[in-house]
Amino acid sequence: MLEAQLEPYTQLRADLAARDRSLREKVMSLEEAAGFVQDGMKVGIGGSTMSRTPMAMIWEIIRQRRQDLSCSRCIVSTDGDLLFGSGAANHIITSWFAQGILWGLSKVMRHHVETQGKRYEEWSHMGVGMRYRAGGMGVPFLPMRAMLGSDVMRQRPEAKPIDCPFTGEKLLLVPALNPDVALIHVQRCDAYGNAQIDGLQFMDIDLALAANRVILTTERIVSNDQIRRRPDHTKIPFFCVDAVVEVPYGAAPHECFGIYEPMMKHMDAYVKQVNADPVKGMQQYLEKYFYEPKSWNEYLALIGMNELLEASQLGRSIYND
Amino acid sequence: MTEASHYTASETLAILASRQLKDGQVVFAGVGTPLLAATLAQQLRCPGLTILFEGGVVGAFVEAGKLPPSTNDQRCTKRANMVLGSADVLLLLQRGYVDIGFMGGAQIDQFGNLNSSFIGDPAAPKTRLPGTGGGNDISSLTNMIVAMKHEKRRFVENVDFITSPGFIRGGDSRRDSGLPAGGMFRVITELAVFGFDERSRRMKVLALNPGVSREEVQDNTGFRLDFDENLTVTEPPTSHELQILRQLDPDRLFTA
Repeated sequence: MLEAQLEPYTQLRADLAARDRSLREKVMSLEEAAGFVQDGMKVGIGGSTMSRTPMAMIWEIIRQRRQDLSCSRCIVSTDGDLLFGSGAANHIITSWFAQGILWGLSKVMRHHVETQGKRYEEWSHMGVGMRYRAGGMGVPFLPMRAMLGSDVMRQRPEAKPIDCPFTGEKLLLVPALNPDVALIHVQRCDAYGNAQIDGLQFMDIDLALAANRVILTTERIVSNDQIRRRPDHTKIPFFCVDAVVEVPYGAAPHECFGIYEPMMKHMDAYVKQVNADPVKGMQQYLEKYFYEPKSWNEYLALIGMNELLEASQLGRSIYND
Repeated sequence: MTEASHYTASETLAILASRQLKDGQVVFAGVGTPLLAATLAQQLRCPGLTILFEGGVVGAFVEAGKLPPSTNDQRCTKRANMVLGSADVLLLLQRGYVDIGFMGGAQIDQFGNLNSSFIGDPAAPKTRLPGTGGGNDISSLTNMIVAMKHEKRRFVENVDFITSPGFIRGGDSRRDSGLPAGGMFRVITELAVFGFDERSRRMKVLALNPGVSREEVQDNTGFRLDFDENLTVTEPPTSHELQILRQLDPDRLFTA
């Protein structure tokens, strides 16, 4: 098992110093932004489970046939299936990996982990959070009190139990996680990458600070004046961000808080298909929804107008009362 | 209208589990039965119950008929007091703000350890399960209620893998592992309500569900059970409890 592959602090600082952090427009297409993700990279994925998944960016990375990615996310849903099933990732760091609690176990994850040698590296949910936070803070580890005594800890030699130098208590040190690139989907940002997140923010702020590059996809690009009217809503500052891509319904078929809920008919059909045959079912799904459409809009059209509208009605209803 | 004599095992779980909660408590709930039971308790007896979800929600009031599909969806935030980052809501457990952690379980052992990671040898697993999520954090840092189906293959002497620690190997082993706070408080099944012995930390039956015998509980359990000296029989679900529960989950997502 590997040591935690910590990047030396001086290297981390040098990488950041070399980034162009000026106030400049970064708007580009999905195709262009995918250029930040190269084979073998560590990719941090924002959102959680079926929420604010940067699905359009994942879709584009899979279409461009990236390989050997090591992906991390606090909780993985069908995005994990698709990354394993397409061959884009061979390693996923997370705390929970299935399509969603409504559907039981993911046969796709099981197939790839049990018989194909792909790695699902399990940490507790807080463990993933403390790893991103340490990465975002510029320290090599953080202490925590969960995972001690469990086999989750015993499986992770990268985590070090210690006796606290102040109190003598047992604590667990978890190593920083600094992804090469983070993919984060938000409700709105400006052309510079000042990103506003409504509702649940999950681990996205720590992830953005920890990563060496950040690709933002957004439901809407708004003016910098709009951002400046409500700076308290800005959760990710522009100087963390390297690419801005406007992608309406960019988390589909998952949800984006206040705009659309998960597209459950599509999700149900997907799960049925891939769990019936995790190889052929997945291949057919990828062909139809990932490789054949000419654009993200064509992909949305395949999900269907009714689904999109229904999910939108439910999504916006959070603001009705 | 509501037939109090006909109810499913899942409904029993949700109702008996809800009775374990007290008004004013801060409860960290998983999706499914725990969320339902906590919401049921809020509506029936505990208006001051505060529900936390690992997605980052503090103080949710889930809407009847609009149950969230996970604890990370926008529905979890309905009428909440606050939304936080998910690491920060988990850190509330570590600081000690949470009275009860409330989860489902796939496999449990005599010391209340839960496995949701591997069936068989973790190096070459027969089945790779979804993993801990926040389960390990919750069970490491607060008092736990677990609501789960009672089957012999789920109630085993020692779990294949400790995903979420109970009392580990019993006695003081939990504290000695670096977990001085919390521990298993109750396990609720469709057959009985369980607690844990103060010293040995082994599971024991506190109350039988109506119509269930000691033998039936033992026969469905993969290890020798102790029975509390003050063993009682639980009151069956009332028609009022069933009525509210069925309003919460009209589509039977979690109570089929």
